[in-house]
Amino acid sequence: MSKIIASAGIRGAHRIVEQAHKKFDEALDKFGGNHEVAFPNTGYYLPVIYGILGYPVKKIDDIGWVLNRCDALLPPLVKENHYLPYLGPALDAGMATFFAEECIEAIRYIEDPDYYQPGEEPSEERLWLGAADDVILRKRGVEFVDGTAPGFAAILGAAPDIETAKKISIQLQERNLYVFMSSHSTDGKTFSEQLKEADVQIGWPTRLVPFGYDVSATVFAAGFATRAALSFGGIEPGDFRKILIYNKDRIFAFALTFGQVTDEWYANGLGAVNYGFPVIADTPIPQILPTGVCTYEHVVSDIPHEEMVEKAAEVRGLKVTIDKVPIPLTYGPAFEGERVRKGDVFLEMGGGRTLAVEYVTSVEMDQLKDGNIEVVGPDIKDIKEGDKLPLAIRVEVAGRKMQADFEPILERQIHHLVNYAQGLMHIGQRDITWIRVSKSAVEKGFTLADIGKILHAKLHGDFGTIFDKLQVKLYTKEEDVQEHLKIARGLYRQRDERIEGMTDEDVDLFYSCTLCQSFAPNHVCVVTPERTGLCGAYSWLDCRASNEINPTGPNQPIEKGEIIDPVLGQWTGVNEFVFKASRGNIEKYSAYSILNEPMTSCGCFECIAAVAPMCNGVMTVDRDFNGMTPAGMKFTTLAGTVGGGLITPGFVGHSKLYISSKKFLKAEGGLKRLVWMPKHLKEEIRERFEKRAAEEGIPDLLDRIADETVGTTEEEIYPFLEEKKHPALTMDPIM
Amino acid sequence: MVEKKKASVDTASQALFEEAVNQGIRTAFQRYEQQQPQCGYGTLGLCCRHCAMGPCNIDPFGKNGPDRGVCGADADTIAARHFDRMIAAGAAAHSDHGRGVVEVFLAAAKGEAEGYEIKDEQKLLQLALDFDVEIGERDIKDIAIEVGEKALAQWGQQEGEVVMLKRAPLKRQKIWRDLGIWPRGVDREIVEIMHRTHIGVDEDPVNLIMQGARAALGDGWGGSMIATEIQDILFGTPVPVLAQANLGVLKEKEVNVVIHGHEPVLSEMIVAVAGSKEMLDYAKSKGAEGINLGGICCTANEILMRHGLPIAGDFLQQELALVTGAVDAMVVDLQCIMPGLTEVAQCFDTELISTEKRANIRGTTRILFEEDNAMESAKAIVKKACDAFEKRKGKKVHIPNEKTDLVAGFSHETIDYLLGGVFRSSYRPLNDNIINGRIRGIAGVVGCCTPKVTHNDYHVAMVKHLIKNNVIVLQTGCSAVACAKEGLMLPESAAEFAGDGLAEVCETVGIPPVLHMGSCVDNSRILMAAAAVVKEGGLGDDISDLPVAGAAPEWMSEKAISIGHYFVASGVYTVFSATWPTMGARKLTDFLFNGIEEKLGGKWDYVNDPIEAADKMIAHIDEKRAALGILEKKKERVLMDMAMRRELDAG
Repeated sequence: MSKIIASAGIRGAHRIVEQAHKKFDEALDKFGGNHEVAFPNTGYYLPVIYGILGYPVKKIDDIGWVLNRCDALLPPLVKENHYLPYLGPALDAGMATFFAEECIEAIRYIEDPDYYQPGEEPSEERLWLGAADDVILRKRGVEFVDGTAPGFAAILGAAPDIETAKKISIQLQERNLYVFMSSHSTDGKTFSEQLKEADVQIGWPTRLVPFGYDVSATVFAAGFATRAALSFGGIEPGDFRKILIYNKDRIFAFALTFGQVTDEWYANGLGAVNYGFPVIADTPIPQILPTGVCTYEHVVSDIPHEEMVEKAAEVRGLKVTIDKVPIPLTYGPAFEGERVRKGDVFLEMGGGRTLAVEYVTSVEMDQLKDGNIEVVGPDIKDIKEGDKLPLAIRVEVAGRKMQADFEPILERQIHHLVNYAQGLMHIGQRDITWIRVSKSAVEKGFTLADIGKILHAKLHGDFGTIFDKLQVKLYTKEEDVQEHLKIARGLYRQRDERIEGMTDEDVDLFYSCTLCQSFAPNHVCVVTPERTGLCGAYSWLDCRASNEINPTGPNQPIEKGEIIDPVLGQWTGVNEFVFKASRGNIEKYSAYSILNEPMTSCGCFECIAAVAPMCNGVMTVDRDFNGMTPAGMKFTTLAGTVGGGLITPGFVGHSKLYISSKKFLKAEGGLKRLVWMPKHLKEEIRERFEKRAAEEGIPDLLDRIADETVGTTEEEIYPFLEEKKHPALTMDPIM
Repeated sequence: MVEKKKASVDTASQALFEEAVNQGIRTAFQRYEQQQPQCGYGTLGLCCRHCAMGPCNIDPFGKNGPDRGVCGADADTIAARHFDRMIAAGAAAHSDHGRGVVEVFLAAAKGEAEGYEIKDEQKLLQLALDFDVEIGERDIKDIAIEVGEKALAQWGQQEGEVVMLKRAPLKRQKIWRDLGIWPRGVDREIVEIMHRTHIGVDEDPVNLIMQGARAALGDGWGGSMIATEIQDILFGTPVPVLAQANLGVLKEKEVNVVIHGHEPVLSEMIVAVAGSKEMLDYAKSKGAEGINLGGICCTANEILMRHGLPIAGDFLQQELALVTGAVDAMVVDLQCIMPGLTEVAQCFDTELISTEKRANIRGTTRILFEEDNAMESAKAIVKKACDAFEKRKGKKVHIPNEKTDLVAGFSHETIDYLLGGVFRSSYRPLNDNIINGRIRGIAGVVGCCTPKVTHNDYHVAMVKHLIKNNVIVLQTGCSAVACAKEGLMLPESAAEFAGDGLAEVCETVGIPPVLHMGSCVDNSRILMAAAAVVKEGGLGDDISDLPVAGAAPEWMSEKAISIGHYFVASGVYTVFSATWPTMGARKLTDFLFNGIEEKLGGKWDYVNDPIEAADKMIAHIDEKRAALGILEKKKERVLMDMAMRRELDAG
């Protein structure tokens, strides 16, 4: 009976818009029309309004404009009898609801700036996180792009009890979904508080995001979805149809409601349906089964709690393979960000407290037995709570297709694969690895052999095509660990030398990366040995391995062809490929230039470089820096300029690693052009950078580069550069 | 003497039919009786009067009578020529209506028609795109003038292609081009029919019928479509509206002005004037409580769609409306105006006012209506009505109680909006639910009413049968009025009359299972809807692939033949009932009912039983569903993983 839903939703929308009017009038009185309005640290203003209407809300007066649009959109209430058609009007009411809620939340940020906890996780005092800023969007967006997160579940209300809340959140986490929680139930309870009470770690790292207590916080989920379309889909603000269809086709989100569905919830549900997000309710509310606006059903109700998540995935048309690994712990990417706090630790290995090392090495086929897992030395049963052990993890692989170059790729997986287990925490890699095992994991029956089981199951699942057999040995006796540390360090050294020596000239094949095309359909990355993917996640070797594993997958070999220009980094084969892959949009591509046909960007770049004309150089900023930059824009605004497959001379997205590549902006003079970057980025890449700078003959270059402590405008940093005799100032004019 | 229940299924009409009989007033029902038996040759299409060597008749039994006319034309030639001339007349009627509207529009754009303005700028800009009119930063008036001029030129165009056919699916356009039946100009094809059907010109029935298609396409996708589009631009594109239908809408104590005919150019102005204080005061000065407007025939549909004003009745109710004694003025313009009205009006105080230069009716008060005096004429008309009310006041009236609520106003743009709102408007939900089988198909049930069958019986029976079988019905003209009176255009009727699947979709959108799309020129809206369904995807790439069918179960006018023929020529299976004008010509009829499908993808049929006709439409719909592979199979649920999403097309 969608009439009931439409009637209630339209009623709810009227109330929410009315509330927004009231808030607006008060705010106008109190702060005046010129007072700035913004969600924290975002280039997308109030994102639903900006995306759908193309209107940037910058000051309180602008809210008046939005509310006028809401009034125009709001249909009359649905009559009991002889009613006029309501589906279209009800969907409009849903949109008006989102617009109004963004206004309400924006005003809250002015009225009560400390209401929401900034950052990724709740604090002791503040549970609610509010709008995700662009740092979170970019970071988490990558997971949506590479498939580690297929979508999100927006949860409204509270489960009937804490146990149910816990179970459902785990089921959603197991399916790799984000969980966006908002709105209290009619008796004032919230799902977020239930999880907190159950001692579940909530926040962005575990994908359980407490948006807000009020129903209006639901709009943060819509805002996230809208920004995904804008930043990764490259859709222009105001192109509402494309934004909504993008979400319908590509963002697998849905809403789960618990308990009594209020008129305001219905109004939000109608808003969600605009995005193609269906609603699954645990109460016997009316259903809307005919398809059309969503891919399948629109509202499905009265679903028992144990079936809700499964049903939601089915209704949304989502296929998720749940990672099944033969260990007694719940397992999935959602647990990657889960911490094991000091008080919860049963066993600790590495992390400076004991020796620990992990490595992957190839052996001959007859020297190993697939699936064999050995623990040499004390295991969980042999120790007591709070003990520490040294640890060496040796993963042995063999197979016809196995190459030494694939070892580091497999090895790098250990970190997140171990971390995916609930109750285990893994930090670092190689010989600085650090593992914590929680008490609850031990209670569930965890033993060290389970680490081996995880690695065997998952590496086989993901990389099974490049090796045939794999076994894992875990050593926990000091003398064994010492020995393996020596072996591992030898391997690391060989490997580093091999990779660092590899140049673009050495190879005939580059690789494309279209992993992001599910989200940024017009973008294509070209990955070369000296230029990693701009997300920082995919090196040339990774792409090559990925192509081995899945020859028709997102990483395709590109024949370089004839070299056109060695300084710009142009090759005939690459140009042909880019022309085809960009569907004729891009004819040429320079791998090493920021000004001349620079590469397009999907939106998941680690850093963005921009020309600083006055300083005759280039600045770069990474996504963790949310202050102003000498380009006159924050990272978020820059990202809006270059993301979504756009080509913007003067701007280019890149990885952190690329900065210390010999090919970094070679066409413009390379490293010596770099005049500004955030201080923390300097520190992060210092070691590699200084090595490269020494090669260039300016070992102290990094300290001649300005950062935010020097200034955030070109005028401010110029005297510093002069004083330090920065090489860029005496180079040929950049433009 | 015909019985009241045989005359009509509508109880209001029955009562007034009886009242007319009691008062000795002659209406179409009696005159139809007096015409019996009607000419058999004429009924079968075997009478030719095209030259003075005739009239010639062909022996329908193929026995001892003549099998050729004096000139040598056989039954198939004679009937085909006759059929073509019906198309020519019908197309001329719609298109001349369209031309008139464009002329008013052009005058309005130039500021020469007081009271008219551009109401739907968005639609004007769309039309500008169709006509390749530059938009840029130009003033809307300049754009309007150029659009008006280019649109008007479509009638007299001698070479090239009538533009609006480009709104059809590409595959359909290719069929028309390949067959050489893309109309060159609206008028030219009509003239060519008149020429070809002259003594001693075109003899081949197939060749004749294909020219008929060319002229009919110039009507449906030309004259009629331009008429609809320009009317929407001038008077507003309809949106859903609640209104009432049937003669019970007349009000004893108010001045009843009934507007009858076809062109909204007149009715819109009367609507505007009747609400003015000046007129209301005048009405009150004559002792009336107000001014009550109602419509008959397609004018009713026009003012209903755009203003929610009540429908007084359909074509066969025009005289019955007068029999109530409560109509103070009946204003008529053109098409479907019965000359018999004057005789009925004389029995009452009714002012019968004719307004059209092209349509003089003796015995009426002439108040000519032209764009430069529209406001004045409208006022004069309303005043006449008020004066008539003064005379009528206190006298006994026979206003029936019957009036039924309905929801109307379904332009094809509105359907698009209703299915997704401002931000997601699309035909996707309709296509989806056709594919998944909740909706079996779409039927257009349109046309007139005729005393040859019980008034409204066929319309109502057919439409009820279709919706019971999950076929959603789109309506125009008097057929729409019939179903409105029956309550089929109320959203609640979905639960009561429609099959489960259709009812579920109706409930989701909040629509009735029977959608009122306007007047008979607005059949172009149905064409647009069909094109939109094709474009939305998943149901083939031509209108002829769609699970759709058309019908005019109580047709009588030549316009109906033109409409039917442009539907057939657009790829739609179209069934007529009540009578069929080529029955005596076997080969021709076989071509129309079968052979033509190979060329055009659509075909004619005649079934004189509304249920049987509906069943044949459903069978045709099922055939199309089977060809699309969606007859049995429900749409599969595809669960997508990341790899599949990566495969999605860009953009």
